[in-house]
Amino acid sequence: MAQVVSTHGHSHEGNGHSHSEILGGHQSYTTVTDTISDVVLKRPLGKAWLFGFAIAFALLMMFLFAITNLLVRGIGIWGVNIPVGWGFDIVNFVWWIGIGHAGTLISAILLLLKQDWRTSINRFAEAMTLFAVACAGLYPLMHMGRPWLFYWLAPMPNTMALWPQFRSPLVFDVFAVSTYATVSLLFWYVGLIPDLATLRDRATNPIVKKLYAIPALGWRGSAIHWHRYRTAYLLLAGIATPLVVSVHTIVALDFTTGIIPGWHTTVFPPYFVAGAIFSGFAMVATLAIPLRSYFGLKDYITDKHLDNMAKVMLVTGLIVTYGYMIEGFMAWYGANTYERYQMLVDRPFGAYKHDWWLLILCNCVMTQLLWFKSIRNNVILLWLISIVINVGMWLERYVIVVLSLHSDFLPSSWGMYHGTVWDYMTFYGSIGLFMTLMFLFVRVLPAISIAEMRELVHELHERDEAKTHATPPAARTV
Amino acid sequence: MAQLFRPSANTIARVAILGGLSLVFGGVGLAYLFAGSPYQTGATLIREQPVAFSHQHHVAGLGIDCRYCHTSVETSASAGMPPTYTCMSCHSQVWNQAPMLAPVRASLEQNKPLEWNRLHQLPDYAYFHHGIHIQKGVGCVECHGRVDQMPLMWKAEGMTMAWCLECHRHPEERLRKPEDVFKMDSPRLPVEEGLELLKTHNIPVERLTNCSVCHR
Repeated sequence: MAQVVSTHGHSHEGNGHSHSEILGGHQSYTTVTDTISDVVLKRPLGKAWLFGFAIAFALLMMFLFAITNLLVRGIGIWGVNIPVGWGFDIVNFVWWIGIGHAGTLISAILLLLKQDWRTSINRFAEAMTLFAVACAGLYPLMHMGRPWLFYWLAPMPNTMALWPQFRSPLVFDVFAVSTYATVSLLFWYVGLIPDLATLRDRATNPIVKKLYAIPALGWRGSAIHWHRYRTAYLLLAGIATPLVVSVHTIVALDFTTGIIPGWHTTVFPPYFVAGAIFSGFAMVATLAIPLRSYFGLKDYITDKHLDNMAKVMLVTGLIVTYGYMIEGFMAWYGANTYERYQMLVDRPFGAYKHDWWLLILCNCVMTQLLWFKSIRNNVILLWLISIVINVGMWLERYVIVVLSLHSDFLPSSWGMYHGTVWDYMTFYGSIGLFMTLMFLFVRVLPAISIAEMRELVHELHERDEAKTHATPPAARTV
Repeated sequence: MAQLFRPSANTIARVAILGGLSLVFGGVGLAYLFAGSPYQTGATLIREQPVAFSHQHHVAGLGIDCRYCHTSVETSASAGMPPTYTCMSCHSQVWNQAPMLAPVRASLEQNKPLEWNRLHQLPDYAYFHHGIHIQKGVGCVECHGRVDQMPLMWKAEGMTMAWCLECHRHPEERLRKPEDVFKMDSPRLPVEEGLELLKTHNIPVERLTNCSVCHR
């Protein structure tokens, strides 16, 4: 019973053929379901997957080793010092949390704007968000030095009669990031329920069947189920929409509340948000390009998708570039000696000038290549540019965090900062955590939403019908 | 197709959700109760001591002033523990053969101090000064309880930070006149008199809850 209803597309089998820029080949409900679910249920473990997973897992083990050493010996193993008390830990936190933003933007805002090209990339972009937030969340905990006291951040009754300092953006951050993680998880999970039911119905191994059945929550695909699912999904999209803007705004406030030259700037929140989406889309492209070619999903993640993502990167990259220009302009126009020195002398010509120029090269210059359609459509080039952007956005955070702290008001308190081997191990280790989770995700869950792809097939088919027969489009059935 | 689960699975799922939530919130509640419990703070628990010294007997029975033994309480951070000589100022004459006091006599003979088991141990990051509290009129009884009714010594209070802050926020409720500070049975004053004492002792209440008052 459940089988038939949850894959209700079978009743229309053969009617749903459709062709479009965002859906390649001749697709029906069956081909969509088969192609996506076979990756999980039928495809054997490939050598390339095993190889990639082994590398990711080795990095994850290095991460655990670095964290263990940190807990045993304390944050003295890092390069942080006075005056640079925020180092790789904060840089990596901001970098990871920024990467997550693409997932939320794709799932929430593009859903509300009815951008149907989001359909095939939203699932793994959301997964990417979750895993990036998981990586991000670890850094403030490590940064505390005594992470076992992390619960002091929560407003709860305690024998010290202490309450978090609600005037501090660092406290806003705790709430912003934990809300973000919760909403992202719910959004991802609710979207997964119909697909989990599909996997439950198609799995042959009884244990696998049960494992998918439990999180599928008894989904049978009835009209009531779909109605509630739609409502919940839209509500979650509504809740998630402000988070696209709020989370990185608050991360930006962590800096702007400080009076350090280079931090105390009103342009920070908007340009942080743009930077977050910039790096997030770069990461989605970095992941989508190998994913679609390895699992043969080029009909679902088409060149049009990559083109659209490249355009988003171009726009947000330009906003970020504008942010850098305004930072420099305001430092000059504001006529504050320290601000001018930081922005106009120390960054481009100071001790860290190579990092700054590399950042400009990655984020501002390389992005201009995306103006050209031929480059946007060249998969290899686009993949390389997206990696360059990821590097550039990491450098941006490094420049903001380290350079401002290393030379503030008093030359007598200036100092240098360099990450130690443990800093680098923690950073690359967190990439290992992220990649391990991604590798596991594409093996055990459908990387593309089956239910939404079937809906896309249906909608495109209806659009075709409307065009060819010049009849008014049928009322939407969902 | 056969059903994968029995109907009871619905109940199990609901119970699991409720159980998970109550585990989280109940866990936080239990942790809070545990953190303030005598098991954690040591309040009201009697510890084994080398000599079964009775404050009840010496304070209520004999009327010895606190400062006879705890000599530095008015001026120092530490109230001071009496050396064996202080015990012997009486016990060389009275009960000088009592088997109960054998460790005290041994301490004198070997010139080795008695090793009492400490009850009130504040963490190193908390700065506490007995002298200032006595000088500003905080009675012994406020923190140590009715020592004159303790046959064996115990901590009257858990000494959590919340408990310290209660008084640092409203010291006027707990101040005594200088002549009553060492009196075990002196009652708390009416608030008007407490407020008066704040003025005469020149106590800046608004600054008493600054972090650096205790965490220096």
